[in-house]
Amino acid sequence: MRPDLEIIQQWVQPGNHVLDLGCGNGTLLDFLQRERGATGFGLEINPDHITTCMGRGVSVIEQNLDTQGLDNFDDGMFDVVLMTQALQAVRRPDKVIEEMLRVGREGIVTFPNFAHWRLRWGLALKGRMPESDALPYKWYNTPNIRLCTFKDFEALCRQKGIRVKSRRVVDGQHQNSWLARLWPNLLGEIAIYRITRENAS
Amino acid sequence: MPDSLPSDSVGLVSPQTIPFDEPIELACGQSLERYDLVVETYGTLNADASNAVLICHALSGHHHAAGYHTMEERKPGWWDSCIGPGKPIDTHRFFVVSLNNLGGCHGSTGPSSINPSTGKPYGPDFPVITVADWVKSQARLADRLGIQQWAAVIGGSLGGMQALQWSLDYPERLRHALVIASTPRLSAQNIAFNEVARQAITSDREFHDGRYQDFGVLPRRGLMLARMVGHITYLSDASMGEKFGRELREEAYKFGFDAEFQVESYLRYQGERFSEIFDANTYLLMTRALDYFDPAYAAGGDLAKALAPAQCEFLVLSFSTDWRFTPARSEEMVNAMIQARKKSVMPK
Repeated sequence: MRPDLEIIQQWVQPGNHVLDLGCGNGTLLDFLQRERGATGFGLEINPDHITTCMGRGVSVIEQNLDTQGLDNFDDGMFDVVLMTQALQAVRRPDKVIEEMLRVGREGIVTFPNFAHWRLRWGLALKGRMPESDALPYKWYNTPNIRLCTFKDFEALCRQKGIRVKSRRVVDGQHQNSWLARLWPNLLGEIAIYRITRENAS
Repeated sequence: MPDSLPSDSVGLVSPQTIPFDEPIELACGQSLERYDLVVETYGTLNADASNAVLICHALSGHHHAAGYHTMEERKPGWWDSCIGPGKPIDTHRFFVVSLNNLGGCHGSTGPSSINPSTGKPYGPDFPVITVADWVKSQARLADRLGIQQWAAVIGGSLGGMQALQWSLDYPERLRHALVIASTPRLSAQNIAFNEVARQAITSDREFHDGRYQDFGVLPRRGLMLARMVGHITYLSDASMGEKFGRELREEAYKFGFDAEFQVESYLRYQGERFSEIFDANTYLLMTRALDYFDPAYAAGGDLAKALAPAQCEFLVLSFSTDWRFTPARSEEMVNAMIQARKKSVMPK
């Protein structure tokens, strides 16, 4: 099992109603439905992914976060709102995070760390826009338009009154590494955050 | 006409007429003592009758959804692109049932059928049928065919309304509802277009209050106009522009009012052809069924509440170029399903 799925699974309670923003081919929702008896929906804009979701019995809605937001969802409709590897691809991550915690009690967010040492290295020494396993694109064709570091994300959370309940840091293959735990903003490639409103239980 | 049948065609098919002798109570309060439904089927019903798919037709549709009636037939059934061996509605897997709805004019009992109590065509005396009435008659058809539960009920536009109605009225009798380019209720503008179409028909001098058959005439002109208006609403501005633009039939303006633009002659042709094959009273009835459809009404306008009984999975599809039943109308349905926590998918 992919370590990130394993970690996310632990944060979803049996029978939780979940919303997956940018659900891709539905791997995560399918997994949560089978392993945790979760219910819910995924939002996706790629037609091939939507077809794959349908084939595996994952409920999916064609909805673009940038243009449509989450206006069609009521406050507190979901136990958990998930967003894996999509935060850096939306136009206004700050608004998306706020919306996540409006429609859901908790959010689970994963994104690549732009302060990982290899990316710093690439930029500092080679003077070229960094590429890595987690960020395999060229600067001109990347869908990742809002890259940030773990520290940036946590600063945004503080500013918005959002509490980080847990954080796990993994490498590009989603493996746990003690080094990444020791010095996350330099050595961690991908972080998995569990967030909630400051005043929430 | 095909020289030989394509390998992914259901091939030569024949409709069958199924008589129902038990009276059916209708939403309007009237009932029909007996009625016929004309049906085509494609593929084979499996041993436990679990692979049946119902196709519901739209306003001017009928039972002939796939294949050819004869080798001379010019075009295959209206949804041949989707129904057949290896096609999306795969007849290797599914037993597909397609019918002409009650009130239709392609063989099922409708306004042009003989009213047993008068010995004359029903004409305007044929009761106004609703989407729920159709679903009820389709449920009886399912009983007759030995189908307890449909694998899917599928329809576009008015057909999609039937699929949605099925999920509410017989929740345990379908596993999937495919609601394509449809709406949970008509808007004022939608109804307005229907009213123009109806006025075109009823104001035709040959309409004779709907008793044109008794006079041996047809309100062709009115039906043609009705279809022309309808056709404009089925095509988007962009697709019309692409198809015709401002193209003229001849090189220069003739400073008259004949069909000079290609779009005019296209509409006239479509209207005329339609007026020869379609029954005016059926057109009135079908447009009324569209107007009346509003499953949320009984739940105080709350579609999510109305959806509570539904148990099936939904596929809601819309076309971004559709300005009659826009993607926003499909979104209304999907949002209600989200509220009601129904399983749904919605690609546009």
